[in-house]
Amino acid sequence: MATTDKEVNELIKREYEHGFVTDIEADTFEPGLNEDVIARLSGIKKEPEWMLEWRLKAYRRWLEMDEPDWAHVGYPKIDYNSISYYSAPKRKEDMPQSLDEVDPELLKTYEKLGIPLHEREKLAGVAVDAVFDSVSVATTFKEPLAKAGVIFCSISEAIQDYPELVKKYLGSVVPAGDNFFAGLNSAVFSDGTFVYVPKGVRCPMELSTYFRINAANTGQFERTLIIAEDSSYVSYLEGCTAPMRDENQLHAAVVELVALDDAQIKYSTVQNWYPGDEEGKGGIFNFVTKRGACIGKNSKISWTQVETGSAVTWKYPSCILRGENSVGEFYSVALTNNYQQADTGTKMIHLGKNTSSTIISKGISAGKSSNAYRGLVKFGPGAEGARNFTQCDSLLIGDRCGAHTFPYIESKNKSAIVEHEATTSKVSDEQMFLCRQRGIEPEQAVSMIVNGFCKEVFKELPMEFAVEAGKLLEVSLEGSVG
Amino acid sequence: MLSIKNLHASVEGKEILKGINLEIKAGEVHAIMGPNGSGKSTLSQVLAGNEAFEVTSGEVTLNGENLLDLETEERAREGIFLAFQYPVEIPGVSNLQFLRTAVNAMRAHKGEPEMNAAEFMKLAKEVSKQVDLDPAFLKRGVNEGFSGGEKKRNEIMQALLLQPKLAILDETDSGLDIDALQVVSKGVNALRAEDRAILMVTHYQRLLNHIVPDHVHVLAGGKIVKSGGRELALELEERGYGWLGIKDEETADSSAN
Repeated sequence: MATTDKEVNELIKREYEHGFVTDIEADTFEPGLNEDVIARLSGIKKEPEWMLEWRLKAYRRWLEMDEPDWAHVGYPKIDYNSISYYSAPKRKEDMPQSLDEVDPELLKTYEKLGIPLHEREKLAGVAVDAVFDSVSVATTFKEPLAKAGVIFCSISEAIQDYPELVKKYLGSVVPAGDNFFAGLNSAVFSDGTFVYVPKGVRCPMELSTYFRINAANTGQFERTLIIAEDSSYVSYLEGCTAPMRDENQLHAAVVELVALDDAQIKYSTVQNWYPGDEEGKGGIFNFVTKRGACIGKNSKISWTQVETGSAVTWKYPSCILRGENSVGEFYSVALTNNYQQADTGTKMIHLGKNTSSTIISKGISAGKSSNAYRGLVKFGPGAEGARNFTQCDSLLIGDRCGAHTFPYIESKNKSAIVEHEATTSKVSDEQMFLCRQRGIEPEQAVSMIVNGFCKEVFKELPMEFAVEAGKLLEVSLEGSVG
Repeated sequence: MLSIKNLHASVEGKEILKGINLEIKAGEVHAIMGPNGSGKSTLSQVLAGNEAFEVTSGEVTLNGENLLDLETEERAREGIFLAFQYPVEIPGVSNLQFLRTAVNAMRAHKGEPEMNAAEFMKLAKEVSKQVDLDPAFLKRGVNEGFSGGEKKRNEIMQALLLQPKLAILDETDSGLDIDALQVVSKGVNALRAEDRAILMVTHYQRLLNHIVPDHVHVLAGGKIVKSGGRELALELEERGYGWLGIKDEETADSSAN
């Protein structure tokens, strides 16, 4: 059925729906990076001396580092001096004290994105931190969370209000010298989210951050730090979008998670940065370091990601399983279309006894895109009785895309057990014919087949986001094949 | 209802159907028999609109409307149903979701409101009983891990749900044991209706003991070489295809032994 692909292609043509630009007055730094820029950034944020020192140390370290080139992606060299490292919507006063003081243009932007920040139309049971370019513009549900003892605020506020916690944990999981992009982030991160869940507390609602890049020629460098004390639980979600622009924009975030004894952190991402146009022009470079440390015994960190956006993705949410019996999980759907490139996967570092990890990765490639899974499962000498299960499935749509799997396994403990399964399949002509013979539109058929392929991952997402993710796949697949 | 005139079709440049003529009226059951490679399956695929096959000439109309101008899914919505010989699996998509999507596509075409999940579940459970399928099957992936017999029963269940005008059954009896054959036949007989036609494609006569056809046609070398009533099938069983001057690979093999 040679023409099926073509028909699917013709039938589905919708554009990236979050591609609008908000017209808002902003304070934006001139492009360029040096110690003065960092000092200015730190000054605007009224940061304490130690924070500026931390940044400068990271910057000096970064200057000596090389940009990594081992990933299965190709992109033009980034000129780090052509990027503006700070852009914030202008404020009349200082920080807005309540949502009523937030610029209505901003509120409209988030409403358009389906993220209402007004408490009266709030997302049921989800607290939101909204980050616009370089700053957090609003955080909802602060009070009920505070009642439970949960701290949920922007990282800038946390540096002011909870310096001891920030000092103790910032950089403890992803040190500034970890990698090139983490180093850059450590020097210039402008905002992000901070979460602290005290001992024995089950966070009463889902926490989420919605990241939006708006300004041109700026990078977004956010920093997220989540700490779950003994026997606590938190579920956190992040979403992201950006306007359609012809130039590439850099997003280099760092996320650090810390789980103490018996604590659980569930971290879900729906990533929908602008992927570039059909010709591969524009789009976000998404170079992100995410890592969680299961420090305590019986702790658990679970990453679920649905990656559909960005021109180039370089991202490996990982777990360091230090505590005895700790558990790491990675559930991923990565979809690439047109000229998108993704090199994504995870690292599961087993250090403690009886630690276990599960990796389920679903890669979907369409158009002329390239999609790679890269994973490392490592067992240290003390990882007695540790085990990992890995399943990597690739689905190809059309015949001009590529899927690659790079699994690495290192074991220094003989008792460790690894299971690895991998499959590659295509949306077959037979499947399409069956669906169409039953009266189903080709577009709907492709989306149904792809959703079926991703089922094991979607069931890990909080319910309302699972629906969202399914819809997102549908939109992202548009114009997919040909 | 269905009128096929001088239909020629080829796959990868090789002509398989070489001038088929066939008239099927509402309420009738037709059986197409013939040796392997005679073009039986090609005929069903061409009618359903499989684009791997190219129609080079001829005409097919359904209730006066030109069928060949319609896309596969449009033909389905006009009432053409094909029960596949080898139903394909769609992992992760539940049978229930797949069937509801199909039923709602048909309903939308007829201007009827969509069925919600609860309404559909009730209907699907009833229909699954007609073909002795445990309703638990509805929750499993489409054909995923189904046995041969289960796949065939699933196909007939779909026909019962979609209520087509013309049901084409492609070798529905192949790979079935005698019990499964009876269940499937019961389902097909339940499909028989005044306003519906059934076209059965089969290599063997045995299916026709359970589903008695009004007309039997023998297809060989891409053409219908003989048509008759029920008795033609019995005669074929008795005498083989050789009697009609047709080479049948299987018959030829057995005579060589």
